[in-house]
Amino acid sequence: MKFFIILCAIMCSSICIAQDCTYTVTGYVIDLHNQEALTDATLSIEELGNTIKTNTKGKYTFDNLCNGATYTIRVSHPSCNTQTINVTIDGNIERTINMEHHLEELGEVSITGEARKNGGKTAIESQVSNEAIQANSAGSLGDALNQLSGVSSLNTGNTVVKPIIQGLHSSRVVLITEGTRLQDQEWGVEHAPNVDLNNAGSISVIKGAAGLQYGGDAVGGTIIVTPKRIPISDSLYGETLLTGVSNGRGGSITSTLTKSYNSGWYASVQGTLKRFGDFEAPDYILSNTGADERDAAIRIGVNKYSYGVEASYSIYNNKLGILRASHVGSAADLANAINNDIPLVIEDFTYDINPPRQEVKHQIARLNAYKRFNDIGKFSFQYDFQQNNRLEFDIRRDSDDVRPAIDLELRTHSATLDFEYTADNTIDAKAGIIGRSQTNFPDPATGIRRLIPDYDRFDFGAYVLASKTIEPWTIEAGVRYDYNFIDAQKFYRTSFWEARGYDVLFPELVVEDLGTQILTNPEFTFHNVSATAGVNYDFNDFYSLTANYALSNRAPNPSELFSDGLHQSAARIELGDIRFDRETSNKVSVALSRKHKNWSFTVAPFANFISDFILIEPTGSQQSLRGNFPVWEYRQTDARLLGIDIDNQFSVSEHFSINNQLSIVKGQDTTLDLPLINIPPVNTTNRVTYSNEKWHNLKVSVESYYAFRQNEFPDTNFEVFLVLEDETQLIDVSTPPDAYHLINLRGQLDFAVSNTSTLQVALAVNNLFDTSYRNYLNRQRFFADDLGRNVSLQLKINY
Amino acid sequence: MKTIKFFTIALTAGIITVSCSSDDDNSTPPPVINEEEVITTVIVELLGGVGQEITLRSVDDDGPDGPNPPVITMEGDDFDPNEVYLADITFLNETEDPAEDITEEVEEEDDEHQVFFTVSDGLNITTEYDNFDGNDNPLGTQFTLNTGEVSTGNFTITLRHEPTKPNTGLADAGGETDIEVTFPIEILE
Repeated sequence: MKFFIILCAIMCSSICIAQDCTYTVTGYVIDLHNQEALTDATLSIEELGNTIKTNTKGKYTFDNLCNGATYTIRVSHPSCNTQTINVTIDGNIERTINMEHHLEELGEVSITGEARKNGGKTAIESQVSNEAIQANSAGSLGDALNQLSGVSSLNTGNTVVKPIIQGLHSSRVVLITEGTRLQDQEWGVEHAPNVDLNNAGSISVIKGAAGLQYGGDAVGGTIIVTPKRIPISDSLYGETLLTGVSNGRGGSITSTLTKSYNSGWYASVQGTLKRFGDFEAPDYILSNTGADERDAAIRIGVNKYSYGVEASYSIYNNKLGILRASHVGSAADLANAINNDIPLVIEDFTYDINPPRQEVKHQIARLNAYKRFNDIGKFSFQYDFQQNNRLEFDIRRDSDDVRPAIDLELRTHSATLDFEYTADNTIDAKAGIIGRSQTNFPDPATGIRRLIPDYDRFDFGAYVLASKTIEPWTIEAGVRYDYNFIDAQKFYRTSFWEARGYDVLFPELVVEDLGTQILTNPEFTFHNVSATAGVNYDFNDFYSLTANYALSNRAPNPSELFSDGLHQSAARIELGDIRFDRETSNKVSVALSRKHKNWSFTVAPFANFISDFILIEPTGSQQSLRGNFPVWEYRQTDARLLGIDIDNQFSVSEHFSINNQLSIVKGQDTTLDLPLINIPPVNTTNRVTYSNEKWHNLKVSVESYYAFRQNEFPDTNFEVFLVLEDETQLIDVSTPPDAYHLINLRGQLDFAVSNTSTLQVALAVNNLFDTSYRNYLNRQRFFADDLGRNVSLQLKINY
Repeated sequence: MKTIKFFTIALTAGIITVSCSSDDDNSTPPPVINEEEVITTVIVELLGGVGQEITLRSVDDDGPDGPNPPVITMEGDDFDPNEVYLADITFLNETEDPAEDITEEVEEEDDEHQVFFTVSDGLNITTEYDNFDGNDNPLGTQFTLNTGEVSTGNFTITLRHEPTKPNTGLADAGGETDIEVTFPIEILE
C-alpha cells in the first residue's frame, strides 16, 4: 500500500489549473501476485460515468481527460477485490494498477488474463489448456503435451511418453517443475518425465532455447510445469477427479485439498493413484504393459504481496510394464519379431507387471522464498533436493534372480537466486545465478556392468534477460553462461578401450588395470555461452509478429559419452565416445498471430541449425556367442531442422468452434546430406466443438488426428545371418509405418450438486473406429500395433 | 531488512549445502562388476562308438558386447561317416574366477530352456535329444549326433530362454536367444 500512497501523493502534488481536456490515462491492470495482465477488468471514472474494459494484454486507456482535474477510477475484475484510485491529470499519465486476487466462489476461480509468458516476451511459447490437463488425467505429461502443435512424443509402448519439441527430445528438452530443473535421467529415450501431470496447474512449452533462465542447453525447448495457484482468501476447497478407462481396464483417482487464509497462509495436499492392467491393440492384448503409479505432493507457505515463503515435497512412484514381446535376445530374434505381424508373446489379460519393467521413484524437496521491493523488483531464492531412483528389470536367465538389471540413484542439490525487475511495466528484466551438484550412483549389486558410471557433476550458471516495450515494439535480449564439470569413474572392457584407441589417446585416465577391465577417471569441463534476442511488433489489436533468435550449447550426456555395450531392450550394442564436444544450436523462430474472438491463428515457422549434433546410427554388426548384434555408434555431425507449426481457431457461431493444427518438421544431416532419424511425420489435428453454457455447460467435440507417413528417413537396415533360413537377410528397421487416422470424441456436462460444489461428467472415446496402426515414433512399432479403442468416463467434483 | 538478512542466510546455507554435497571424494573407487549373466564359453564334448573324442569350443572372452569375436576351436578326432556320437554341452562364464558353470543353472530351470540344433544344407547330420524337462519336453544339453555320408557344412547350437514348450523347432519356439554358435563341420572318410 505504501507504493500507492507515495504514487498518489506524487500525482496529487502537481496541480494545474488549465481546463485542457485532451489528456489520457493509460496503463495495465496486473494481478499483484503473479504479475499477469488481467483481461476484461472493468474500469470506470465515477465523475464522468464512462466504463471501459482492459484488452487482452490487460491494457486500458481513458481519453479526453481534463488537465488539472482529479478523477476517481474504480477498477473491478471478476476474480479480484474492487479498488478505487484517484488520479490527478498532469499531462498524459501512465498508471499500472495492481489488483488483489480473491476467490469469488468456491471452486470457481476464473482467471481469464493472458498468461504471462515464461520464456520472455519474444519466445515462441504454447500453453496446454486446463481442459487438456484434465482430459489426460489418467495418462501422462507427454500425452497432454501432445495436444500442442509442434510437440509430439517418442513412445515406448503407451505408458512411456517422452516429449519431442520441434523434432528434438531427451537431453535437448529441459523440464522445469515448480522452478526446479527435473534431474531424472532424462537422457534415456525410454525414460518418461517423472512428473505427475495432475499436480500441474498450467504447463507451457517454450519451443527453442529462449527460456534462458531455465538453462542454456535447451536445444529443443523447455517445458514448464507450474502448480495450481492458491488464492488469498479464507477458504477450504478441493477437487477430485476420477477416471475409468476400458483399455487397460483401470483408472486413476486424483485429489487436491487446499486450505487458505486471508493472511496469505496456505497449505495444499495432492495425491494420485493410477492402476492399469495390460493394454490392448485392436486385435490382441499387449502383454505386460500394465502400470501402477502413486504420487503425492504437499506444499505449505505464505503468499503476501511483498514477500512469500513456500516449502514443498513431492514423491512420484511409477511401475511400468514393458511389452513382453519387445524383449529380444539377438538380432536374429529381432528379425523374427519384425517378420511376424503379431507379437510373439500374447497372454491372457492380467494386472501383473512382470519383467521387463521399470520402477522409478522421484522425490523433490524444495524451499522457496521471495521478497518484493516496490522500487526495484522481486528477489527469489530456491533450494531444492531431488533424488531419482531408477530400477529396470530385465528377463534374467535365472528367473529366481529378482535383482534389477539397472539400478541408478541420482541425487541433485540446486540453489538458485533470481531477480525480476518490475518497477517499470515497459521493461521486463530478469537475472539470476544457479549452482547445482549431482551424484550418480549405479548400484553394483545388479551383477551387470554399469550402463551409466559413477559420477559427480557440478554446474554453475548465470543469466540476464531483458525486454523493453515501446508500443508497438518489444525488443528483448539475454545472455547466459554455464559451467559444467563432470568427474566420472568408469570401468571399460580392456578390449574396447584398446579397440577404440583410448589406450594411446588417454593413458592418463587409467586408474587401475584389472585385466579384462580397466578403471578410468575421465573428467570433463565445459564453458558454455548461450544467448537470445527477439522482437515483437503489434500491428494493431489483432495482429502481431514475433521473431526470436537463440544460441544454445549442450554438453554431451552420460549416455553419449560412456555407452559401451549391449542395450538389451533395443537388442543392439551402443557405443558412445568420450571425445565428444558440446553441440551448438542456432535457431530462428518467427510467429505471426492474430487474436480475435472469431478467428485466431498462429503461424510459426522455425529453422534450427545445429553443429556437432550428436546422433546414434548403425555402423555394422558384431559377432558374439549370442549371435550377431547390430552396432549403433554415436557420432557428431551438422544438422538442420526446418519446420512450421500452424494453429487456427474459428468461432463459427455462438455454439460452434473449429480448431485446426498442423505441424511439419524436416530434419537433415547436412554433412552426409541424409534425413535425420526419428523426426515426427507431418500431422494435423482438426476439432469441431459444440458448447452450450445454458445447458449444463455442455461441451461436445469430435477430433480427427491424421499422421502422415514419414517419407524422409535414413536407411539404417542391416544384414544378419539367420541360422534357420541358412541365409543372410536384410532387417528392415528403418521403413516407417503407414499413415493413420484416428477419430476421438469427448463430451462433458456440469451439474450443480450444492451451492458450493459442482460435478462434471465427461465421456471420451479415443480411436473410435478401433483402427490398427503403428506409430513411427513408438519404439515398439516393430513388435506390436498401437492402442485400440479406449472409452473413458471421468467424474470431477469441486467442493 | 529482516528479509534481506533471511536471504543472505538462505543463500549462504544453499551454497554451503551445494558445495558440501559435492565433496564426496574419489578415495574409494567403485567395485568392479564381473558380468554374472554372461556365457563366455560353449564346449561340446562328443564321444564316438569306438572311443573317438571330439571337443568343439567357442570362447568369447569379452562377452557379447565386447569388440572381439568368439574364437572357435576343434580338438581331437575327425568326424567319421555313419557314426553315432554321444554329446554333452557345457556353458561357462569365465569372467568369474573360478569359472561359473551355467549348465547347472540351465538344467535346474529345464522348463525355461531348450537347446536347438540346426544343420545346414548338405551336411549329413541328424540329432536326437537325450535329456528332458519335468514335462518330458526336450532340453538338449545332452544329445546324440548321428553322422551320415561324407559332407561338410555348418552345425549351429542355439540356446533359447523361455521358449514356448512344446514346440516343433526353432521357428515356433520364440523366447530369447542366449547362445547361438555355429561350428563348421567336416565328415571325413
